[in-house]
Amino acid sequence: MNIEAVKAIYFNEMRRTRKTLMQSIASPVISTVLYFVVFGSAIGSRIQSVEGVGYGSFIVPGLIMLSLLTQSISNASFGIFFPKFTGTIYEIMSAPISFFEILVGFVGAAATKSLIIGIIILITASFFVELRIAHPFWMMTFLILTCISFSLFGFIIGLWADNFEKLQLIPLLVITPLVFLGGSFYSVSMLPEFWQKVTLLNPVLYLISGFRWSFFEVSDVSLGASLITILGFLGLCLIIVGVMFKTGYKLKQ
Amino acid sequence: MPMEEHNKPIITIRGLTKTYKGGHQALKGIDLDIRQGEILALLGPNGAGKTTLISTICGLVKPTSGTVEVGGFDIVREYRKTRHLIGLVPQELTLGAFDLVSDTVRFSRGLFGMSKSEEKIDEILQDLSLMDKKDAMVNRLSGGMKRRVLIAKALAHEPRVLFLDEPTAGVDVELRKDMWKLVEKLRQSGVTIILTTHYIEEAEEIADRVGVISDGKLLVIDEKVNLMDSLGKKQLMVDLRTPISEIPSQLNEFDVELSADGQRLTYTFDTQSEKTGITKLLQAVSEAGLGLKDLNTSQSSLEDIFVNLVHNEHEH
Repeated sequence: MNIEAVKAIYFNEMRRTRKTLMQSIASPVISTVLYFVVFGSAIGSRIQSVEGVGYGSFIVPGLIMLSLLTQSISNASFGIFFPKFTGTIYEIMSAPISFFEILVGFVGAAATKSLIIGIIILITASFFVELRIAHPFWMMTFLILTCISFSLFGFIIGLWADNFEKLQLIPLLVITPLVFLGGSFYSVSMLPEFWQKVTLLNPVLYLISGFRWSFFEVSDVSLGASLITILGFLGLCLIIVGVMFKTGYKLKQ
Repeated sequence: MPMEEHNKPIITIRGLTKTYKGGHQALKGIDLDIRQGEILALLGPNGAGKTTLISTICGLVKPTSGTVEVGGFDIVREYRKTRHLIGLVPQELTLGAFDLVSDTVRFSRGLFGMSKSEEKIDEILQDLSLMDKKDAMVNRLSGGMKRRVLIAKALAHEPRVLFLDEPTAGVDVELRKDMWKLVEKLRQSGVTIILTTHYIEEAEEIADRVGVISDGKLLVIDEKVNLMDSLGKKQLMVDLRTPISEIPSQLNEFDVELSADGQRLTYTFDTQSEKTGITKLLQAVSEAGLGLKDLNTSQSSLEDIFVNLVHNEHEH
């Protein structure tokens, strides 16, 4: 394994984040604070509690997931798309490095950035609401698995996209609606019965539910279902990336 | 470098073909040996297959058939070993605009699995006269400087073979000459250099051997001097004291042309043939009663040879 090459890609990506600190870190944190102001204070004051948890606290896992998903996808997709766009990808493709090592470098950096953002949001949230984490191990497990699997998904989007419009297409039209409709700001039990059943088809619901359970031990679906969903998604992304690399999809002619 | 070492191929290409998805056949069975320590110039018109050839050797393009070995290693099965031996300077100025010069060179070194060595990076930057730009942002550099940064990146892992794809495209004359000096300096350090170029002057100036590629085929490859000797035609210009209106009958057996002003006869002859016919021609000129004012000879340039080869290929 070419460890030096993996480190080179990883630290190069992390350096890019440091250069754009406002965009990379401050922006998601400010957005989250705004969500707290709007949902936590304005709306939350009218909703006393959800399943025994104060509304402000209840939305914290959903807000973290919202940022994790969008940031993981955006970091990883942009990370691989930009060298393709500028042409600097030639250097990576002509280096003695395997596709797997390229993947570890890019996805590792994107997942690390998302993880940092997730933790920053968690700390920020603790200034606004009272937080308790009932199962820290499971909380970290969900956090890390989500960062890795959605960074992988972002990497796939970055490989597939050949223009900026395509790069934004799936995050905007698929991921954001799924997160908003996946119980980020409400419990599924608050919906009419028909929509409860429809929501069960949303895979993001399972992530948010499992993550919320690790905080408050309240969930819309079982922990097992949440774990199977995230691991299944991770496996699916790995298979797609594997096929893309094997065929040299959009990387090699 | 000992002679046998110099003649030993560092790159061996056999029956290399590349057909792109759309059906375009960019390489049609290339056989080529590139010798250690030489400067090989690959000439060819646009779309001839030069960049595809380089990209295939460097691992950017998958070959359709045939084999390529670099340093005795196969580029597909043993890609880690072959790529380690190769440095590539692309045609386009592809650099991360907001990177610092030292960061981007350091990144390249890491990509090729080399441990950090600030001394080595400084040495490379020094050799390329980039030391004072070490902490400059890439997008603030001139085109010539950016080209140097690309070379520094390609040399960061100390390769034995350097590919330069159109290294002086769009570069002014002075910078081009600087680049030639740099290439020569690299060769002296033992690096084998393969460059593609449109500028015949460039190949003529710096290459040891010249290959001409057209329509995916390697039309010819030889020592620059041999190529010019074997394919080059020489011309003898005979300036006359008095202008004439037509070529005298005594000169009919010779390949002679008369200039429009009637003052110069141009005789084209083959440098390789046993008899050039110059003595007989001068006798015939004398028999025709023409007075000589001056005699000059000229040899066809690499450009003439290149144009002829490509032209003949298209005709077939």
